[in-house]
Amino acid sequence: MNFTNFGKYLLLLKAVFRKPEKIKIYMKAIFQQMDFIGVGSLGLIAIISTFIGAVMTLQIAFQLVSDFIPKTIIGSVNRDSSILELSPTITAIVLAGKIGSAISSEIGTMRVSEQIDALEIMGINSPGYLILPKLIAGITMVPVLVICSMFLSITGGFLGGTLSGAVSPAEYIQGITTDFNPYTITVALVKAFVFGFIITTVPAYEGFYVKGGALEVAQASTRAVVIACISILACDYIITQLLL
Amino acid sequence: MIEIKDIEKAFGSNIVLKGISAKFEEGVTNLIIGGSGSGKTTLLKCMVGLQIPEKGSVLYDGREFLEMNFDERIEVRKEIGMLFQGSALFDSMTVEDNIMFPLNMFTDQSHEEKLDRANFCLKRVNLEGKNKLFPTELSGGMKKRVGIARAIAMNPKYLFCDEPNSGLDPKTSIVIDELIKEITEEYKTTTIVVTHDMNSVMGIGDYILFLHEGKKFWEGSNKEIAHTDIEELNDFVFASRFMKAARKNF
Repeated sequence: MNFTNFGKYLLLLKAVFRKPEKIKIYMKAIFQQMDFIGVGSLGLIAIISTFIGAVMTLQIAFQLVSDFIPKTIIGSVNRDSSILELSPTITAIVLAGKIGSAISSEIGTMRVSEQIDALEIMGINSPGYLILPKLIAGITMVPVLVICSMFLSITGGFLGGTLSGAVSPAEYIQGITTDFNPYTITVALVKAFVFGFIITTVPAYEGFYVKGGALEVAQASTRAVVIACISILACDYIITQLLL
Repeated sequence: MIEIKDIEKAFGSNIVLKGISAKFEEGVTNLIIGGSGSGKTTLLKCMVGLQIPEKGSVLYDGREFLEMNFDERIEVRKEIGMLFQGSALFDSMTVEDNIMFPLNMFTDQSHEEKLDRANFCLKRVNLEGKNKLFPTELSGGMKKRVGIARAIAMNPKYLFCDEPNSGLDPKTSIVIDELIKEITEEYKTTTIVVTHDMNSVMGIGDYILFLHEGKKFWEGSNKEIAHTDIEELNDFVFASRFMKAARKNF
């Protein structure tokens, strides 16, 4: 059964990448989706990232009880944790809930109210028209949000650490600037790209093939978020294993 | 003209359509009638490619639709207009945008030209000035009329209507029926209407195909339907006391 669904998912993706009917209309839809996914999620991601950074700093400081370990390590650990794991994964999981459920319910409602059939009858490639703009917006805006999240998480760590007195500003700044490996950014952006793909296509698939009414649309939406979150965590492990 | 030959469709072990053949001429309103679950809507969906039949063929002016590749089907579909049972208007768009949507996707007309066409279609369905309303602000009858306006926006050769009267009061139903008939005769479209509304059958049924339990049971015109002795058809058409009484006058 799962292989059947995976096969249908791949066939849907194949249909998504058919030649668009009119580039101008697709471009307009892409910018609308970028606004929805990127700008619309920025506030939520900013709040979550800042607090996670602050909490991370306090927890690292709490665990570093040895006098032999310099406090600059707090900044280093927070930086690498934020860049490599927390920013891409937490951002993706939050977006899977916020964006994924919206995509699934939007497309699912269009399916049950025959709007997708109407598109098909007009001669429009409905997977392309409905999913491609969301997909392109996802794979471009999720990396942008992850970059913002990295910056805010490290800033949040600075604020949390210095305001609580767990680490001095100088030690924290020294920590985040010491032994920085730019490759970690590359790994994070690869993750963000893959997560952006999952966040948009998995819910779109669930919505596109929904059958029934309001209850089924809601169930598809819930299923979409769950599958997207599990896929994100599985891909997170695979990418980390492959790239580090 | 649309011709269907030996259409068979099953959902699992449930055979819904059992070898249906018919010819639907242009310029006349062709009705597919039958009770609930008789396969009317499934037949319509098979004809437009929303369902794939197990067997049979659908010919649009001699072109075999079911054997076409994706691009060829798209070309045929540009010639199709369809009114859905629930209207299927895009609820995030205004009335005007709904009608202009196919024009935006498939024509290189200027905005003014598309707007003129949208206004013409709205006038044709007696909804002038409703351009900026959203579907949620429309009544059921208005939604159907916007659906018709969107369906005729691209000057279709083939017009399909899936239960255009469902959920409408009798007066509005007659307005919709007359509109469909006028458009069919005016633009010489091949129009196929799925219905179980007896007013429609008697009012606009130039050609009627009666389905019963997935089989073609009868075909003819609204003038002939009152004079048949097919039990299943009579049970369906003259189910109400009113129709039974009215039959004497046909």
